[in-house]
Order: sequence, then C-alpha cells, then structure tokens
Amino acid sequence: MFDIFGIPSQALFGQLLLGLINGSFYALLSLGLAVIFGMLNIINFTHGAQYMMGAFAAFLLLNNTGIGYWGALVVAPILVGIVGIIIERTMLQWLYKLDHLYGLLLTFGLALIIEGVARNYYGSAGLPYAMPDSLRGGQNLGFMFLPNYRAWVIFASLAICLSTWFVIERTRLGAYLRAATENPTLVRAFGINVPRMITLTYGFGVGLAALAGVMAAPIYNVSPQMGSDLIIVVFAVVVIGGMGSIMGAIVTGFGLGIIEGLTKVFFPEASNTVIFVIMAIVLLIRPAGLFGRRA
Amino acid sequence: MERVDPKVVTDVRRESRSEQIAFLLMVAALIVAPFFIYPLFLMQALCFALFACAFNLLIGYVGLLSFGHALYFGWASYLSAHAAKVWGLPPELAILTGAATAALLGLVAGSLAIRRQGIYFAMITLALAQMMFFFALQAKFTGGEDGIQGVPRGKLFGLVDLTPHTTMYALVVVIFLACFLFIHRVINSPFGEVLKAIRENEPRAISLGYKTDRYKLVAFVLSATLAGIAGGTKAIVFQIASLTDVHWAMSGEVVLMTLVGGLGTVFGPVAGAFVIVAMQNYLNALDQWVTVIQGVIFVVCVLLFRRGIIGEIAHYFKIRL
Repeated sequence: MFDIFGIPSQALFGQLLLGLINGSFYALLSLGLAVIFGMLNIINFTHGAQYMMGAFAAFLLLNNTGIGYWGALVVAPILVGIVGIIIERTMLQWLYKLDHLYGLLLTFGLALIIEGVARNYYGSAGLPYAMPDSLRGGQNLGFMFLPNYRAWVIFASLAICLSTWFVIERTRLGAYLRAATENPTLVRAFGINVPRMITLTYGFGVGLAALAGVMAAPIYNVSPQMGSDLIIVVFAVVVIGGMGSIMGAIVTGFGLGIIEGLTKVFFPEASNTVIFVIMAIVLLIRPAGLFGRRA
Repeated sequence: MERVDPKVVTDVRRESRSEQIAFLLMVAALIVAPFFIYPLFLMQALCFALFACAFNLLIGYVGLLSFGHALYFGWASYLSAHAAKVWGLPPELAILTGAATAALLGLVAGSLAIRRQGIYFAMITLALAQMMFFFALQAKFTGGEDGIQGVPRGKLFGLVDLTPHTTMYALVVVIFLACFLFIHRVINSPFGEVLKAIRENEPRAISLGYKTDRYKLVAFVLSATLAGIAGGTKAIVFQIASLTDVHWAMSGEVVLMTLVGGLGTVFGPVAGAFVIVAMQNYLNALDQWVTVIQGVIFVVCVLLFRRGIIGEIAHYFKIRL
C-alpha cells in the first residue's frame, strides 16, 4: 500500500473508479440530450425519468417474466424507447413550431407524472436489483481491487458512446441526421422522411437513457427519484460541454465524473456541488461552453 | 406637433381601464375574503401569488425562463427566519434581510445565467439553484432536514403584534399589493418597454443601441428580490423555513402557477397561485397523487391551454388583464 498526497492509494483509486462510473452515466445521458436537442430543438426534461424507467423495466422484467440482466439490456431500452416514440407522436410533435420553452415545460410535466406514478406504486425507498452472476467478483490489479461489474459499465458505456459518435459523424445515416438538424426543409426536398427521422431520433435518445438506467440498476438501488437528482447534474454537464458536439458531450461527461470522484477524496463537503461550481467558472471564461459554438 | 389617432388613445384607455377594474375587484376580494376563508390559506396563497408575479416578470416580459426561482424564495425565507429568530430583528427588517439576500443571490446567479440564451438559461438557473440547495442542506444555520422552526412573528415597527392572524393578514395584503403595483409600474415604464422589446427580438434591441444584458440583469435582480420578499413573508407567516422552499420542485411549482394563470398577464400569476395552492390544500387526501396531477396540468396547459386562465378570459373579451 502506498500514499498519494497523504491519501491511501486504495481510497484514491476507489473514488476515481466511482467517478468514472458516474461519468459513464453523465456521458450516456448528456449524449442522449444532445442528440435529441439537435433534432427536436427540445431539452428533454423527461430524460431522468426515462433513465429511471429503464431501471424499473429491468426490475420488473426480472421479477415478473424472469428476463435477466442481459435480456433487460436489450428489451428495456426498446420498451422505453417505444413509450418515447408514443410521447413524441402524441405530444411533442405539436410543439416544434413554438418557443423551445414549451418543450421544456411539457417534458418537465411528463417527468412529474412518471416519477409520481412510480413513487405511488413503489414508495421512495430503493428496490435492490441483483447483479448478474457472470459479472460478480473482480480483479486485483495490485494497486486496487476492480469489481468486474464496474469495469463492464465503463467499458460498455464507452463503447456505446463511441459507436453513437461513429454513426452520427461517419455514416450516411448520420450525415442525413446532421443535414436535417441544419436544414430540415432542404433535406425533405431530397425525399427523406424527416418527421419519421425525428421520431426515431427521440426514440433512440430515450432508449439510451433507459440503457443507462438498466446499467445503473445493480449499482444504485432502483428508486423513483434516481432520475431527477441525476438529470440536474447532467444539465450542468451539458451547459459545460455545449450541445453542439457529440464528442464534447462524451468527453465532458467522463471528465466531470472523474473530477467529482477526486473531489470526494480531497474535499468531500464539495462533492455534491463541484460540477455546478465548474459550470459557473466555465460560464465566466467560455460562455459558449467548452465545445460549444457561439450561437 | 405629432397627431395621434384618437381611436388608438381610446383603445389604450379601455385597455388600462379593464386592468383598473380587475385590480379593484381583486382588492375588494382580498378585503372580504378573510370573513369566509381560512386566513392562513389566504396568506399562503398570497405569498405564492407574489412569488409567481415575480417569476412572471422574467418569463412574461423578458422571455427568460428561470427554472431556479426557489433559490431566491427559499434562501430569503431562511435568512428572514434566521434574522427574526436568532438576531431578534422585527418582522419588517427580517423580511428586508431576506429580500436583500435574494437580491444579492440574484445578482450573482443572474450575471452568470444571462451569459447564455434560451434553453441554456433555464438549465443554468436550475443548476445554480440545485447547488444552493446542497449548501442549504449542509449549512449549520439552516437546520438541515429540520429547517428553522419556531420563528417569532414579532411586532411590526415594534408596535403592532402580528401573532393574531388578522394583523398578519393585513400586513401580507399590504406587502402583496405594494409589490403588485410596483411590478405593474415596472412593466409599463420605459424600462419595461425595453424589456418587452428584448423579449420580442433581442438582436434588434441590441442594434437599436440598448445594452440588453444590463436590462436583463436588472430585471433578473428585481425578480429575485420580489421572490425574496415573498419567501421572507412566508417564513414570518408560517414561522418556519425549510428545505421544501429551496428544492427544485418549488421552482417547478412557481412555473406551473404562472403557466396555469397565464404567462405574461398581470393577473394570471395571482389566479394561478390561488388555483394551485387551493388544489394542494383541498386535495391533500390524495397525498402523492398531487405531483401526478401537477404533471398532468403542465401537459394539458402546454398542449391545449397555453394562454392560461386569465389569458383565455382576456382573449375572449378582447381586453388586457
């Protein structure tokens, strides 16, 4: 065992790992927010609630149908994504011509509904979700103990983030998406069904949130308010990174997770607020955000 | 001499007359109400009505959606409660302490938030409010989960005992009406016209030579201060300051009140506050479902009812309210 700045390395690396885990969720969620904002021009306040729905879907699948973690990883995002598509078709699509604020207000209302219903049926206390057997245990790396499940979460979210980046920035489908973000009317003139693309984008973004929820279920308990606490931090992450760039959202998410983890080691009182403080500093120095373009 | 179209002049007069009549009706209702309705409920509704009016000053007249107004409301109520209980200040100074706190917080948060536009503005205000929520949770003087309890109502100017509901109610009505008239004055002043110009078209206002950031900041500080007066008054009335008032759910509630009543209408926030507070009081039995109902009201208002109650009435009778 050795010390770094008077802190045992075990504690330091342990918090760094936790920070990376939190960062994975920040990255996944802010990525989803950025993708949705790009196409719909709506800040999806329901994102936290949809993350929570993903975790609950995993919980219910396990307890009612016996579908385990790996199945839930596929089924839960699809189910929640379908709910998202229904929301987009029945409600959000009427708001595109209005001020952005109405999208925020509507999705905030939806978040209240989803969270309230969950709380009524499952109470405020967290429900435990068992870790899949195949990911139990861990590796001793010499300087720290690395639980397999945490390594998997970091690996999986990195893979998902990078493949989303690849699809949007490097493929033809992504090119259509980016073009439709810039100028939907022109893209429609080329015979591409932009409204359907918007719907599917929303479904995809919501699915990403649900996927993050499934991955979070074994680490944090499944609870109705797990999303609302997280989404406000993710908003700060998005303000810091700027929503203009996919890679920016990913880097900012992971980076802030690590900073938060380090703060827990060196100055625990500030660990809840450090991201907001960073947001304030970034606003002073680079008002458009680290990766943002000046609007 | 510029010639003014007489028709325009009468229109303006008619418009302001509808507001005058509505104002007199409101004053009359507030005088009669305590004989029929439980005064504590009325005081609660009036504090929230003032809070919503303060919020509406930003969203309705500058077009800025602050999603963190609980910050000013809640922190003002903490400081007012602390000033009255620990420092032993009389109620009027306690409320002013709260208002000054809110003004200071509004100055800091506002100068950060106005650096970004539109949707980012809402997210920044929400994030800053959440940060201060954590401070309130950890700070010693706020009492954490317990809040500050047993705040004395004290004697107004050292003379009038505020312990009976009647005198307290009178003070709340006076504070509410004074702030209401002040807001009305602000939005109809040249300053208010500039704010509306910023709401309609900010680049154009800039090109006309207005330093829009400065106008937005002043409006933000005004709104925060008024929210602080509401929060401070609430702390004195209910003799408690707690975490509920700084939580993001409170920021959401004031948005809901204003939306239900009518964004950008003078009387809308008042009507909205009474509706929502009444709902919370009378539907208490439904307990947790109140949140769900609030969510449903949000969705219905945004999809079908964007003018709000007062906005619909004004639209129907083609008057200004």
